[in-house]
Amino acid sequence: MDKQKKVITNRVAFLDKKVPFYASFVGILGLLILWEIISRIGIVSPLFLPAPSEIIVTGWQMLVSGEIYGNLTASLYRIVIGYAIGSVLGIIFGLILGFFKLADAVGTPIVYSIYPIPKIALLPLFILWLGIGELSKVTIIALGVFFPVVINTFSGVKSVDPMLVKAAVTFGSNRVNVIRKVILPGSLPMIFAGLKLAAGTSLLLLVSAEMIAAQEGIGSMVLHYGNLMITSKLMVGVLILSLLGLTFNRGLKWLENRLIPWKE
Amino acid sequence: MSIVIENVGKTFIDPKKNEVTALENINFSINEEEFVVLVGPSGCGKSTLLNIVGGLLSPTSGSVYFEGITEKNPNLGIVFQEIALFPWRTVFQNVIYGLEEKGLPKKKQIEIGNYYIDMVGLSDFKDAYPKQLSGGMKQRAGIARALAVEPDLLLMDEPFSALDAQTRTLMQEELLTIWNRTKLNTLYVTHNIQEAVYLADRVIVLSRHPGKIKRIISIDLPKTGRNDEEYREKSSRYADEIWQLIRHDAEEALKE
Ligand SMILES: Nc1ncnc2c1ncn2[C@@H]1O[C@H](COP(=O)(O)OP(=O)(O)O)[C@@H](O)[C@H]1O
Ligand SMILES: [Mg+2]
Repeated sequence: MDKQKKVITNRVAFLDKKVPFYASFVGILGLLILWEIISRIGIVSPLFLPAPSEIIVTGWQMLVSGEIYGNLTASLYRIVIGYAIGSVLGIIFGLILGFFKLADAVGTPIVYSIYPIPKIALLPLFILWLGIGELSKVTIIALGVFFPVVINTFSGVKSVDPMLVKAAVTFGSNRVNVIRKVILPGSLPMIFAGLKLAAGTSLLLLVSAEMIAAQEGIGSMVLHYGNLMITSKLMVGVLILSLLGLTFNRGLKWLENRLIPWKE
Repeated sequence: MSIVIENVGKTFIDPKKNEVTALENINFSINEEEFVVLVGPSGCGKSTLLNIVGGLLSPTSGSVYFEGITEKNPNLGIVFQEIALFPWRTVFQNVIYGLEEKGLPKKKQIEIGNYYIDMVGLSDFKDAYPKQLSGGMKQRAGIARALAVEPDLLLMDEPFSALDAQTRTLMQEELLTIWNRTKLNTLYVTHNIQEAVYLADRVIVLSRHPGKIKRIISIDLPKTGRNDEEYREKSSRYADEIWQLIRHDAEEALKE
């Protein structure tokens, strides 16, 4: 009999094929170069789409003149305070709603009926109540942050393995320690999911509120230069916002890795 | 000191609003330095009974109490079937959980924690998180956590059922070694007959639907070396006796 050899090869090798690390940079770089070329050869007027190099130069000038500094600090002030208030209250209320049955029965329907309202629609009301100043803008950001955080914290509490609560009680925990040592750490992964979601929301609300009612801030700056059709300065504003979002996400990720080293 | 389980019964209401009698008329006691094993087919109410004894479930009737105890509150240690280690705590932090809650001074916590971690052979993994441990190591950490509170009653619910056969055999041996050092009053739940005969001073055989005590069998074998040649035959006679008692119920359980 003829002995024929058929080697069996790994037919799922494509599943663990490695992609070189620089692939993601190449994508962004390629896009920027393409953009630069399109602007340079004048396919699109710089009024509509200024070249990346021009945006950078404009940005540098605005940085030196202090224009960015003033607007950025105004925006940072609003978003940091609004985000902090909204997330702290969201976590506290989420824990309470999740842990106490009565609070759940009373509070959860209220939360879910306010949650779907697009928060920016409430800005005129807040301006009426709180004035056109900082308070109404901070409040709307806090409110926008509060809801995703409260809802995620709530489901985080619900997702804590009841066995762990039983274990804690068995080994002597009272109710406060059950919340502190089991419910809180157990819901942290979900809380962070909420915080990340809220980061996007807060940025959106910041810009919208500033476009509607502010003299200072990145949002009003973008709108201002849009009205004046100074596109390169407008784009600098957009660039700052995207960097802000990026930093925000990175910061949260860093915090998450620090606080949840035990996560799978 | 002994623990008395008196006329305990438990009825659940299932989702279709039917009453399910999980336990009926359970009477027995766990004596000083006694290792009692509860054995029965799955669904016979072993976990339910263990949870009632552990104060994690109220009985529908009857009661559980400690007799001849001088201090105020008896101390319980439970090793859970689901292990239930806190994922956000390292092995060491898990083991000292009960000591922390008792308010022991830090130095004492470290001393006792290290002692029991060493006893279960996890010294090299003190600072590891549960996710970094194998199944057997997790369960050892769970055992150390329960031992560390030096409980008046140790409860164990099928602690080795999720382990592979070889690991399980080793863990059973280790458990006996540890038990011989601590001599804790123990209630151990398993569906594994060989395990019951290997570990128990007394085996309590439960029937199913409703969960009732079928028979209580004293295992008249030395506590160590039950796997040795000379005791093989006697062990397997005990195992056979238990199997005859629960065979029918186990077959019924299979049909569900
Ligand atoms: N919370 C519950 N609600 C309704 N029925 C339950 C509940 N817990 C257990 N049971 C029923 O009680 C019986 C005994 O369950 P369990 O104690 O878990 O058995 P075992 O641990 O011996 O496998 C089973 O028929 C189970 O379906
Ligand atoms: Mg069970």
